[in-house]
Amino acid sequence: MTLLQVRDLVKHYQAGRFFRGTTPPIRAVQGVSFDVETGETLALVGESGCGKSSVGRTVLRLQEPTAGSAVFEGSDLFSLDRTALRRMRRRMQIIFQDPYSSLNPRMTIGSAIAEGIEIHRLAKGKEVGRRVGALLEEVGLDPGYAGRYPHEFSGGQRQRIGIARALAVEPRFIVCDEPVSALDVSVQAQVLNLLADLQRERGLSYLFIAHDLAVVRQIARRVAVMYLGKIVEEGETEALLRQPRHPYTVALLSAVPEPDPRRQRSRIVLTGDLPSPSNPPPGCPFHPRCFHPRRDRRCRSEIPALRPVGATRAACHYAETTPSPETA
Amino acid sequence: MNPVVDALARSWRDPRGRAGAIMLGAIAAGAAVGPIFLPDPLAQPCVLECRNLAPSWAHPFGTDDLSRDILSRVATGGRISLAVATLAVGLSVTLGAAMGLVAGYWGGTVDAGLMRLVDAALAIPRLFLLLLVLAVWDQVPMPVLIVLIGVTGWFGTGRLVRGEALRLREESYVRAAEALGANRRRIIFRHLLPNTAGPLLVAATLGVGDVILLEAGLSFLGLGVPLPTPSWGGMILDAKSLLFTAPWAGIFPGLAIVMTVLSANLFGDALRDAVDPRGA
Repeated sequence: MTLLQVRDLVKHYQAGRFFRGTTPPIRAVQGVSFDVETGETLALVGESGCGKSSVGRTVLRLQEPTAGSAVFEGSDLFSLDRTALRRMRRRMQIIFQDPYSSLNPRMTIGSAIAEGIEIHRLAKGKEVGRRVGALLEEVGLDPGYAGRYPHEFSGGQRQRIGIARALAVEPRFIVCDEPVSALDVSVQAQVLNLLADLQRERGLSYLFIAHDLAVVRQIARRVAVMYLGKIVEEGETEALLRQPRHPYTVALLSAVPEPDPRRQRSRIVLTGDLPSPSNPPPGCPFHPRCFHPRRDRRCRSEIPALRPVGATRAACHYAETTPSPETA
Repeated sequence: MNPVVDALARSWRDPRGRAGAIMLGAIAAGAAVGPIFLPDPLAQPCVLECRNLAPSWAHPFGTDDLSRDILSRVATGGRISLAVATLAVGLSVTLGAAMGLVAGYWGGTVDAGLMRLVDAALAIPRLFLLLLVLAVWDQVPMPVLIVLIGVTGWFGTGRLVRGEALRLREESYVRAAEALGANRRRIIFRHLLPNTAGPLLVAATLGVGDVILLEAGLSFLGLGVPLPTPSWGGMILDAKSLLFTAPWAGIFPGLAIVMTVLSANLFGDALRDAVDPRGA
């Protein structure tokens, strides 16, 4: 069942507040569509600045969208008024990347976790403390820690506290904005396991934002790869990792360390930087950095549509003949 | 990890902070307790033979041309000056925090409007602004003086707090609170204000020094604390004509001003470093 349906989401940022309109807007998200199914994880992958975090924040209306629609449990998120939106906040939550700035240094972790319970009046008096204790336990922390301040905890523990804070309002859907990118690899696995356990027990759906395909493989059933504000490839995680069809996905995949030393795989290093999102290249947004042997004039002029190719959907004119990571 | 307690403790370990705190504490204690034991600052023990007496055991700071005890007047004047300064700074810091948080968190037109107001107000010297009002209004009552000084003093603090609010607004925990459905009041009082407490404390401490000088200046011009209530600035004004006959009449209130402002600034500087160890 579809929990969240996002269609043609557009988010532009206007630089310069005083001279509005004199500079071209930063086109962070340029028409992104995806579905998140109940109880499943959709990963949104791409490099820094590709607009993946903007998608997450705009869907939660932490930022106002420029255009598009998002239907969550049957209601259109982008047309909710302030009161309705506040009620809806209980259903959708967010976990942040930086475990250091995600907790108010002046608040005990207990009161941070209790905040959502207070806002939505989910419990009163002693019951609040009981719930906070139960949430701490659920994320693998000692309930006795409730009176402590964030600086007393490690990055991984803080991330658990952030998860408990999100869980406090009993959401159905959580945007995980690179929740493990700032953590050590060993701690990453623990937090990912916790997220997977919570998903199973609570029937949660995740929009999992990441830049690392190795992390995505562990948690997501489906993946959408973003490049310069657009989804360039989408599909079941296994299929997409086995045979990527978009050259950008191939390049991303070649950056994942290969654990088996006997398997030879070439490393594709992209040349150039991500083009400026305020002045995207014409045609395929990836063409200036593309290594596809059939790259031609069409790539420079015609924007490729997202279309089914093999087991995934890819936005490349020549997706059928994209070189695989082994041969590229 | 209370930010205020933490900053105070750290500035106590700083020699400047400790010196400033001790001096300021001694001055405040003297002003608070002194007048209880000292003679009435308006009393004239004897009219002619007690005029312009040099410092002695009976009158440690001497007497003025109206035979009044200067030590007693300095202490009582300190009460007034410190009370005016504390209340006015309390008002201006509150106003500055409120305006800064509103401007920084709301952003947009509200921010632009408030900040242009601050720009305009900062372009006019505060003393002139006050002189204008006080010159029109003869003999302002003390509460009005306090309000006037407070209302003209929040601009710098407002801008400082706005900058902090702009920075904090982008912190993930503020975003998280928004995602939880927190309203603006909750975000401002629970997330932004506690995290600006350090800079506010610094602004308040340094502000006390400024206001003492300002109040002394106004009183010296005859526009501050109404007579016959003693005030440091007013005493220097009275001592102007006694510069050679009884220099102590001006030296002691002058020293009081210097010591108070110096200690407030020393303590404020140490606090600033304690709040933001990276300096600046």
